[in-house]
Amino acid sequence: MRPSLDFATGGGVGDQPVDRVLPIRGSGVSIRRAGRTLLDRVDLTIEPGPLTVIMGPNGAGKSLLLRVLAALIEPDDGAVSWAGTAPSRRRAPRLGFVFQKPVMLRRSAIDNVRYALKVAGVPRIERDSRALDALAGAGLDRLAGSPARVLSGGEQQRLAIARALATRPEILLLDEPTANLDPTATLAIEDQVRRAHQAGTTVAFVTHDLGQARRLADQIVFLHQGRIAEHAPAAQFFAQPSSEAAAAFIEGRLMP
Amino acid sequence: MQDFGSAFGEAFRLVVVLDPALVEIVALSLRVSLTAVLAAGLVGLPIGAALAVVRFPGRSVALVGLNALMGLPPVVVGLLVYLALSRAGPLGPLGLLYTPTAMIIAQMILVIPIIAAVSRQTIEDMKDEYDEQLRALGVGPFGMVATLLWDARFSLLTAMLAGFGRAVAEVGAVIIVGGNINHVTRVMTTAIALETSKGDLALALGLGLILLVLAITVNAAVMALRRTAGHASFA
Ligand SMILES: Nc1ncnc2c1ncn2[C@@H]1O[C@H](COP(=O)(O)OP(=O)(O)OP(=O)(O)O)[C@@H](O)[C@H]1O
Ligand SMILES: [Mg+2]
Repeated sequence: MRPSLDFATGGGVGDQPVDRVLPIRGSGVSIRRAGRTLLDRVDLTIEPGPLTVIMGPNGAGKSLLLRVLAALIEPDDGAVSWAGTAPSRRRAPRLGFVFQKPVMLRRSAIDNVRYALKVAGVPRIERDSRALDALAGAGLDRLAGSPARVLSGGEQQRLAIARALATRPEILLLDEPTANLDPTATLAIEDQVRRAHQAGTTVAFVTHDLGQARRLADQIVFLHQGRIAEHAPAAQFFAQPSSEAAAAFIEGRLMP
Repeated sequence: MQDFGSAFGEAFRLVVVLDPALVEIVALSLRVSLTAVLAAGLVGLPIGAALAVVRFPGRSVALVGLNALMGLPPVVVGLLVYLALSRAGPLGPLGLLYTPTAMIIAQMILVIPIIAAVSRQTIEDMKDEYDEQLRALGVGPFGMVATLLWDARFSLLTAMLAGFGRAVAEVGAVIIVGGNINHVTRVMTTAIALETSKGDLALALGLGLILLVLAITVNAAVMALRRTAGHASFA
């Protein structure tokens, strides 16, 4: 079992170096399936700090890009590195991933979080308090003992985020976490993500909702047909997009 | 030959007073079939889990084969085990023919495909759902299998119960390799099959009654398991 590390301070315990995953860098990343190029030589570096929103129309390759960066799929060309080295399973807990459709283990809400902590090598005696903290941060302490799979869609997504944050990751990657939720649940998720970001977690957030991008983004990566069409600070992106595709998307007249 | 009415009466009496001959037969049946199912689980669950998780060439052929094996006729299994265990067979020197061990082996072979096929299906469906999430959490291949087995435990238990139901009710295999020897290898189904023709209707009926109750109990247990698992959303 790995020693427990105090990630919140960003430092190591004693002489133990903290496992770093940032910056996450994809260089020349391509993905091809069935003769189609789905990601086309994408170069993207996610530095510690800002909240990056990845935008683009349906089928642009946003989910693929996020999965490649998280090392869930291998690029056919190019490479992904975490903090300058090849991704490793040992460091996966330092990178929280939230899927569009939350995947809940067949256990109670708190046991879902405990499971993630166990995998991350957190000592047993710390798991309970950290799991409770994570649930409280998501406003789910009341539902700690409920089977995770009977929670509502919004509750499940908040739990998925709490589970991803429980291991104190350096970065939280979210793939359209509010796609199936009503406006109230959507705002609750945005609030949860914003608080994590303010607490020091770097965030990459995929959405095709312009309003959501305006509310959250420090910077925007705009993906179109498997390529990065634009990568700019949010204010600049919305005020004067430099690419035709992004301009069309903002005006709501983009054909994928 | 007794008339039916008195045979029924006698059958109930045997069950109610726990007639020693009847209890002996029922106990042996349970011992043989439970042991066979547990052993089949030890073999079948890992096979099912491996087939669900590991990709290899020829996998789809193996799956078709496995599904076909689920319908193995008990008499054929009995015959094959008989050939293996008979004096001239490869395992003849072990002297297992006409022992409870031989019956356990036969029923185990009968049940392994059921447990392996059902657990393969269950675990594979769950893997499709869990795979990326678990990898994102940093779970390795062994942790993945352990998690899948644990989270699928209700369905796997259901498969084991179904296997038990099949084992305890089959007659073809145990009659060939066990031989229905009184006090040694006589189980419920072989007793029913052979005592009926010898005219001991009461014993046969009493055993039939118990077998029926067992079958109903197993099915009720399966349904109850499904329901609790469903309610708690563990299904
Ligand atoms: N395994 C695969 N095999 C073949 N094509 C795939 C595969 N995965 C994704 N694609 C295709 O790649 C393209 C990009 O997919 P991706 O899921 O990344 O899009 P997206 O930008 O996330 O879209 P959405 O907004 O609809 O979620 C799509 O056209 C999709 O059909
Ligand atoms: Mg997507």
